[in-house]
Amino acid sequence: MAQGVWAVTEQRDGNLRKISYELVSEGRRLADKLGQKLTAVVIGSSMKEKAQELAQYGADRIMVADDPRLGQYTTDAYVEVLGQLAKAEEPSVLLMGASVQGKDFSARLAGRLGVGMAQDCTAFDIENGGLIAIRPIYAGKAYARVGFENSFPQMATARPNVMSVLAPDSGRSAEVVDAKFTLNDAELKTKVADTIQDASGKVDLTEADKIVSGGRGMKGPENFKILEDFAAVIGASVGASRSAVDAGWRPHRDQVGQTGKVVSPSLYVACGISGAIQHLAGMSTSKLIVAINKDAEAPIFQKADYGVVGDLFDIVPALTEAVKKYM
Amino acid sequence: MKIIVCIKQVPDTETQIKIAPGGEKIVTDDIKWVMNPYDEFGVEEALRLKEKFGGDVTVVGLGPKRVTESIRTALAMGADKGILISDSALEGSDSLGAAKALASVIKGLQFDVIFAGQRGIDEDQGLVGACLADLLGIPQVSLAVKLEVAADAKSVKVNRPVEGQTLVVEAQLPVLITTQKGLNEPRYASLPGIMKAKKKPLEEKTMKDLGLDPAAVGPNGRKLKILKITPPPARAAGKIVQGETPQEKAVELARLLHEEAKLI
Ligand SMILES: Cc1cc2nc3c(=O)[nH]c(=O)nc-3n(C[C@H](O)[C@H](O)[C@H](O)COP(=O)(O)OP(=O)(O)OC[C@H]3O[C@@H](n4cnc5c(N)ncnc54)[C@H](O)[C@@H]3O)c2cc1C
Ligand SMILES: Nc1ncnc2c1ncn2[C@@H]1O[C@H](COP(=O)(O)O)[C@@H](O)[C@H]1O
Repeated sequence: MAQGVWAVTEQRDGNLRKISYELVSEGRRLADKLGQKLTAVVIGSSMKEKAQELAQYGADRIMVADDPRLGQYTTDAYVEVLGQLAKAEEPSVLLMGASVQGKDFSARLAGRLGVGMAQDCTAFDIENGGLIAIRPIYAGKAYARVGFENSFPQMATARPNVMSVLAPDSGRSAEVVDAKFTLNDAELKTKVADTIQDASGKVDLTEADKIVSGGRGMKGPENFKILEDFAAVIGASVGASRSAVDAGWRPHRDQVGQTGKVVSPSLYVACGISGAIQHLAGMSTSKLIVAINKDAEAPIFQKADYGVVGDLFDIVPALTEAVKKYM
Repeated sequence: MKIIVCIKQVPDTETQIKIAPGGEKIVTDDIKWVMNPYDEFGVEEALRLKEKFGGDVTVVGLGPKRVTESIRTALAMGADKGILISDSALEGSDSLGAAKALASVIKGLQFDVIFAGQRGIDEDQGLVGACLADLLGIPQVSLAVKLEVAADAKSVKVNRPVEGQTLVVEAQLPVLITTQKGLNEPRYASLPGIMKAKKKPLEEKTMKDLGLDPAAVGPNGRKLKILKITPPPARAAGKIVQGETPQEKAVELARLLHEEAKLI
């Protein structure tokens, strides 16, 4: 019978990414509810040493798949490896991240294993020994509670920034094992030919703890400077509405919403954004929402925890000054 | 070049979602159905590849008869041929079931590039493309914002943004590519395009054409069960920050963020 919880971590350039700690922490909670073991799976090249620290976040066992061909994620290689491991050990729950990599990886793995899969979940639970996942559907206009029907492993991805990370406990230890797999070069049909770093150098919106976004109310690309100044003071990344992106004021990757990025920061500040349903779709799971808009009737205020009615060109610079005393 | 675009029909983004009694489905009566916005990028990119390399574009849609409309839209944009997979036995399939049905039809076609959307804006799963690629045994590259097929049409370079960087992934053809915003600006169907679309071939396939185990599709083939659909969790009522001047409001907001929300 399928047994155990696996949290599949994510690394880049040999460093574990934030989502990895979120997954191991959530995996720990689920493993406790099931009364089963938690295995943290690390796939990469020479990751064994770095992987050890996952014990502190609750892993009972750390399985390291090590191969120079796994240093950088490719769908072919990673799915081949994890597919073999999952078939051999039959975990009951397979938790992955709904990051760009995790979504690609998990979707193909679900196909490979022929199992059900719940993408981009915001909460998990165990009921009658089975995994239950909560996931926003229809762009967050509804939430679905889903379960699995004779489908193991029960696969799901967690939305980045949603699962709380356990305080590391240096007293915990884990068994570290080498994963056994074979990789056939002939099966690797994709390769990363090049990597282009984003010019901004800022934390990606999907991983940012704080986001300040601007919409059509910004009136022009040059005015985003106001938001960037504020963001710099509070340590936020800058996002945008589709209107601002379509106007060419901001790059596509900054778009938040149904056809852009789905974000879950602790703080989301919407400036000059009306709050169209398609925009809300991308940010409604933010923990605290602030809206700054001169129109008191703007729909964004219905979602905002704190609303400021006023001209953003007056409010935001004043806010930048006002927060400084707390930083 | 033989290009296939998978298109899903989804509720328009403006749709109010109402939950049906029983809580397992949504009410579909007054919904305006449209082509998944991500699939428009797929159709557009397919047409651009055809313009460059020649060949033809086939659109494949699985779902009830109304999906014909979205297929016609793609034909009006310039696709050459449509295939509708429609059978009541397929309704209520999960992503894997849908991928199996699509694969059983696509297996019988020639293809160099297949496009799928990065996710359907209905259930926001984003699984069908990858599952389909795996069933067909071809590589996939997801979330493309730019692609360049080599002159010999044997490989493709795809720009795929990930957090903080963009990867340029090289894949051999045939390949499945999932689309996202930024890839292109989908064209509108022109009036002559709409007229021509009416005469373009549109084939219909049912269960008997698929050679699929009926137990693998439809509601009984579902491996992921929807137990309950609920409205989104209510957010606690917010407060409007008070103050006579912008200055006062800003100071008060900063205080709230610090003292109450403890975020700064
Ligand atoms: C298929 C589809 C997908 C879409 N996907 C997305 C998506 O992913 N993301 C997205 O954002 N949108 C998306 N949209 C677009 C969406 O419907 C809205 O058009 C868009 O979000 C509006 O952007 P906005 O709020 O910046 O602009 P507007 O709606 O024009 O709002 C501007 C706001 O700024 C305020 N304002 C103006 N001047 C000032 C000032 N000086 N100070 C303070 N406030 C000011 C105004 O009161 C107004 O509320 C999509 C639409 C469709 C049809
Ligand atoms: N029923 C379907 N018919 C045709 N294509 C589909 C269907 N379902 C999903 N797809 C394709 O897969 C993409 C992602 O959908 P999904 O995995 O359902 O979120 C869509 O944008 C389509 O390209």
